Amino acid sequence: MPHDHHDHSPIEIDEGRPEEAQVLAEALRELLIEKGLFTAEDMNNQVLAMSKRTPGNGAAIVARAWTDVAYKARLLSDGPAAAREMGFDIGPAQLLVVENTPDVHNVIVCTLCSCYPVLLLGPSPEWYKSKNYRKRTVYEPREVLKEFGTVLPHKEVRVHDSTADMRYMVLPERPEGTEGWSEDQLAGLINVDSLIGVTEANSPA
Amino acid sequence: MKPYHDIGGEPGGEVDQSPYEYSLWELRVDALLRLLSMKAKVMTVDELRRGIETFGENRYNEERYYGKWIFSIASIMVEKGIVSQEELDSRVNDVRDRMEKSL
Repeated sequence: MPHDHHDHSPIEIDEGRPEEAQVLAEALRELLIEKGLFTAEDMNNQVLAMSKRTPGNGAAIVARAWTDVAYKARLLSDGPAAAREMGFDIGPAQLLVVENTPDVHNVIVCTLCSCYPVLLLGPSPEWYKSKNYRKRTVYEPREVLKEFGTVLPHKEVRVHDSTADMRYMVLPERPEGTEGWSEDQLAGLINVDSLIGVTEANSPA
Repeated sequence: MKPYHDIGGEPGGEVDQSPYEYSLWELRVDALLRLLSMKAKVMTVDELRRGIETFGENRYNEERYYGKWIFSIASIMVEKGIVSQEELDSRVNDVRDRMEKSL
């Protein structure tokens, strides 16, 4: 049935032919370089710079906050400045870091588009941009968290809806059994899921 | 009526957590926006969103993330007169021919 076909492949692409969007992207790239808005080298450098923005940057910030209370206070009061202090320039957008506690778990969504601290963490995961995540997280966050294996019956769950001007990152709780760990070891317990808040930090193995 | 991008609170199904790796052209679209907004300073992220929120619901539902971006960026570049629709259409045809010949 044609209907079933559409459910599974919303983008019709003839076998082996480039997508319309890909063709348009290349055409525009060439024209704008010819017009002198930027060079091909600028674009390569920009792609390279973005490839260095990863959730590892967020993990390093969290690990520092777990081991340095003064840094944690600065992080919670001024996210962009605290990121810059660690050598991460996150551009013009605001960054609000929200702290998980024994009573409160935070989770981030962008219902209107896909706003995310991309200049700190790199592009967001596909599921973060998916319609189902954007639709449901604001009204049934516990059900969404459950799909990521996160069940927190005794905690209040706070959902933060991002905008282009206000982006969020979660400061997870430091797991028990990590006393005396180095920042590098601690950073290894944090991944993109825990920085968005669909999971907690990993427990030490 | 609610605009088509305003979907928070609507009923939805299970979140698809399959990983997806971006192609080079998608990474270049990301770079393109950074260059146009932060280096050339000829468009803003807000304009990117306006483009996405006005190019129509069908395109919104059919394109992946950076597909939405490039259609918006192209419309903003034409709107500002930085490229003309004619030269863009002509270059799109050239690029498509080249890509198909190289297959």
